[in-house]
Amino acid sequence: MQTIWEGFVEALRLLFGGDGAIYEIAARSLAVSGLALAIALVLGVPLGGLLAMARFRGRRTMVAGVNTGMAAPPVVVGLLVSLFLTRNGPFGDLRLLYTTWAMVIAQVVIALPIVIGLSLAALQQLDVGLRQQIAALGAGRLQAFVLQLREIRVALLATVMAAFGAIISEVGAVMMVGGNIRGQTQVLTGAIVQETRIGRFSVAIALAIILMALAFSANFVLTVVQQRGRRQA
Amino acid sequence: MGIAHQDGTRAGSTTARTILRAAALITALLAAAPFVAACGSDDEAQVQRDQLIVATTTSLNDSGLLEDVVLPAYAAVEPDVTVKVIAAGSGEAIAMGAKGEADVLLVHSPADEEQFMTDGHGTLRLPFAYNYFAIVGPADDPAGVAESATAAEAFSAIAEKQAAFVSRGDESGTNKKELKIWEAAGVEPQGDWYLSTGQGMGESLRVASEKQAYTLTDLGTFLSQAASLDLKALFTKSDDLKNVYDVILVNQNEFATVNAAAAERLAQLLVSAEGQESIGAYGVDEYGEPLFKPYAGSLGAY
Repeated sequence: MQTIWEGFVEALRLLFGGDGAIYEIAARSLAVSGLALAIALVLGVPLGGLLAMARFRGRRTMVAGVNTGMAAPPVVVGLLVSLFLTRNGPFGDLRLLYTTWAMVIAQVVIALPIVIGLSLAALQQLDVGLRQQIAALGAGRLQAFVLQLREIRVALLATVMAAFGAIISEVGAVMMVGGNIRGQTQVLTGAIVQETRIGRFSVAIALAIILMALAFSANFVLTVVQQRGRRQA
Repeated sequence: MGIAHQDGTRAGSTTARTILRAAALITALLAAAPFVAACGSDDEAQVQRDQLIVATTTSLNDSGLLEDVVLPAYAAVEPDVTVKVIAAGSGEAIAMGAKGEADVLLVHSPADEEQFMTDGHGTLRLPFAYNYFAIVGPADDPAGVAESATAAEAFSAIAEKQAAFVSRGDESGTNKKELKIWEAAGVEPQGDWYLSTGQGMGESLRVASEKQAYTLTDLGTFLSQAASLDLKALFTKSDDLKNVYDVILVNQNEFATVNAAAAERLAQLLVSAEGQESIGAYGVDEYGEPLFKPYAGSLGAY
């Protein structure tokens, strides 16, 4: 019990004593996951829209694929990305394995099905009448899509947070494709694993507090916006 | 990944478990921090006689020696004991022993081991195998490591060239050895060329292969993975690269839960004539040379 208490106190000292290394790791976590999230959104929301609105052969299979992807274990993603990026793999010439880019790629692969799946679900729950109304008013396809996105903005925000939560807290894939290299590819989750293993619990606790704070802030923003949306409705 | 339980649940789920534990720890902390001081201690100290917890350096586990040789032989003499292998760096294995969380240690970190014995955490420390660390790196050897006379000289050459070097950075026996060699070379390794992974030997070798970097590895792990690596053993078998593995019995007088009888049987097995013979034979068929050499009876000969 004493270890826990001392670790906690020491963690607070590290946090407020401005230990540069700890904040550097946190900043890298945010940068990698932030970029991955942005890419997943740019690709995923239109794809979700396409799957929601278009009618074509194989659509149902694709939706099933997306739903499966939403539950893809990150270590499997890590394995696949490793296989593609390794020196002797198909994209080996890019020399991307064990760089932050490889981590971004893995996190995009993890986040993308979540973004597609949740935005698809939200769009499909929209009233059919609304869609017909928008069409009747003469909106083009793109315009109609943008109008629908406005309608599901709260659900979209939930999508953003769900995807962010999944990748910022993920450890298997980032360690596999990033290599957990200190000062280069180490992020919060990998650092917590390592510090815990070595028995430097105070550092691990300090890092965990930052990670929890990030996850909490994301959910806090989401909750606030959702509640506001509710009052307006 | 450093920690891997022998029962098949390796890297992924164990890492997840580590995170879960960390999460549980933090949650418990946030909820219970004010009451922590008031908590009592557990008094359910009891030996679980049907279970042996072995904390081992990753190299003995990753090379397959434990799984293929030691555990089957142990199961033959102690069929009723379930062996739980916790494969971690030597530093972590020794830390587990110091907390009484393991019954027996298989480690290779001489300075830490001496400290462990001095502190009274262990009752017996016996060498049972040795091999050599190797400096491995890209086949074209840009720093000319292969021409060095000592490991320290090789490290100096790497630092001078600022050639990429992968460090375990996990306070394992190999990591400690590496830091000792840097010290002997009079180099403080830092900079973009010095890559610290904080992970096990297997992962660190992968990183070295991808980055075409040098690294220090135990020969066993390297040989068992060499086929999938773009790395060559460039420098080995110098006196400053000798790597001795010890078995240490955790003190049952200090920790009542230690299964001393089962631990002792494992130590006996390792240093017995048959045990030594099978250790010396392991890997010959596959790699043309043994991964570990027998070393029993050479107590104190480091």
